[in-house]
Amino acid sequence: MERNLKKYFALFALPTLTAFTIVFFIPFIMGVYLSFTEFTTISNARWVGFSNYIKAFEDGSNFLGALIFTSKFAVVAVITINVFAFSIAMLLTKRLRGTNLFRTVFFMPNLIGGIVLGYIWQLIINGILINTLGVDITFDAKYGFWGLIVLTNWQLIGYMMIIYIAGIQNIPEELTEAAKIDGASRFQTLFRITIPLVMPSITICTFLTLTNSFKMFDQNLALTAGAPADSTTMLALDIYKTFYGRVGYEGVGQAKAVIFFVMIAVLAFIQLYLTRNKEVEN
Amino acid sequence: MNNRERISDTVKVIFLTVLAAVFLAPILIVLMNSFKGQFFISDQPFQLPNSETWAGLNNYINGMVKIGFLKAFYYSFIITVPSVLTLVLFTSMTAWYITRVKGKVSQAIFYIIVASMIVPFQMVMFTMSKMANILSLDNPLGIIIIYWGFGAGLSVFMFAGFVKSIPLEIEESATIDGCNPVQLFFSIVFPVLKPISITVSILNAMWIWNDYLLPYLVIGNNYRTIPIAVQYLQGGYGSRDMGALMAMLILAIVPIIIFYMLCQKHIIKGVVAGAVKG
Repeated sequence: MERNLKKYFALFALPTLTAFTIVFFIPFIMGVYLSFTEFTTISNARWVGFSNYIKAFEDGSNFLGALIFTSKFAVVAVITINVFAFSIAMLLTKRLRGTNLFRTVFFMPNLIGGIVLGYIWQLIINGILINTLGVDITFDAKYGFWGLIVLTNWQLIGYMMIIYIAGIQNIPEELTEAAKIDGASRFQTLFRITIPLVMPSITICTFLTLTNSFKMFDQNLALTAGAPADSTTMLALDIYKTFYGRVGYEGVGQAKAVIFFVMIAVLAFIQLYLTRNKEVEN
Repeated sequence: MNNRERISDTVKVIFLTVLAAVFLAPILIVLMNSFKGQFFISDQPFQLPNSETWAGLNNYINGMVKIGFLKAFYYSFIITVPSVLTLVLFTSMTAWYITRVKGKVSQAIFYIIVASMIVPFQMVMFTMSKMANILSLDNPLGIIIIYWGFGAGLSVFMFAGFVKSIPLEIEESATIDGCNPVQLFFSIVFPVLKPISITVSILNAMWIWNDYLLPYLVIGNNYRTIPIAVQYLQGGYGSRDMGALMAMLILAIVPIIIFYMLCQKHIIKGVVAGAVKG
């Protein structure tokens, strides 16, 4: 069968391979090349070596600021989302009434697009700020920061909750029953049995929230667009602004994008390594 | 169940009910404000509409005219549906081929396509939109090919994982019975792939429907999808029509909620499968 099928490469594999090469692979290679050049359109690219990479970290560039803001955001988002999602998942695996309805409601925000999410929360956060302090979200970076945290929590708690529910339901009931009979407190059962056994889910959710936070763009654009003075600009938005906001900085934007890609790739490989290790243990 | 447990369960249900209300509140607040005049929204978003602030359906009519919502819905639809169908059909074929025909070439194709999943969009946004422009892919038909290329990573990965679990015997006996590979794929393999096809469709549909930056860069000037139209309403800060914005947010959410209600089980299952594998 295999030899027979081999002749059908042009029909089965080539179409996808062509589309992929044209819209992704070639642009990717070109992108790496252009990060070492100065250009406004692709045809006038001029080789400049590493100067774009140096410029990316110079004073006038907000890249380092965006990196710090994004990292802080990612740490707080990962912790809050996972703690809330895990706690809700614990409550929803206790065979309470209305569990399905609650699950439906908590998951729903995840389906709404980032731009729409941003404007929903802009209305609410501005409403609260205007009525209590008389300012809006563009007044101080900390409002934008916590606004993004609340927004991301609302969006992702339901998603992570579903993954945790699946993990918790996989724990054999005999284990928790046995612990109860042996006189373990609820606290001990949670930390000695439940959490170790849902470790794979915790790894998955941590990395999902981490990469999601790092790549965030739409929500950032809609909620604050970086205001005030780019102090709430995250990495993806900073790259976008460098590309399309300043003529002559396209090369710097592309260099920032390459650095951004390398950071995401490192995160992905750490995740792959950790999950592979777990599989060997089991 | 003893009395203490029953009370503790009731407390938990009450807590979850309050939490569910908090989760729904943002959407309900936007809904409420969509019926208020545009100057009564930013400052008092938590006040119910009264006879002075009530605007009826004006915001909806206004917003729909301003951003051409029906057109935006139409573009979102004619981009999302064909893109998803193209992805499901062609990437399942590719995944089956590279899983069944073993060798260095297949392996290389698999790893290169799957690796594209981790590349952030900003890495290729400039070069890809130039490419789309040169090849005249900057229209609702051409963007289908762009989504095909960008969606290939996750889709090929998920289909390939599923194909590996299908026992080879079925395909072998069909081949002995005289099926050629095309017949074999469409009459035997593709039907077996149905559950994973649903998952792949849902993941891609949610992504493409809500996608903002890619369509904005490629076709944003001439064809506004729903996210682009909502962002377009923003205009200069402070000068925008808040009433129209509220109404358009609601109109953007309604199709998603209907879709969610219709196939909730598949959506939740699909999203989890995508997360665990991706």
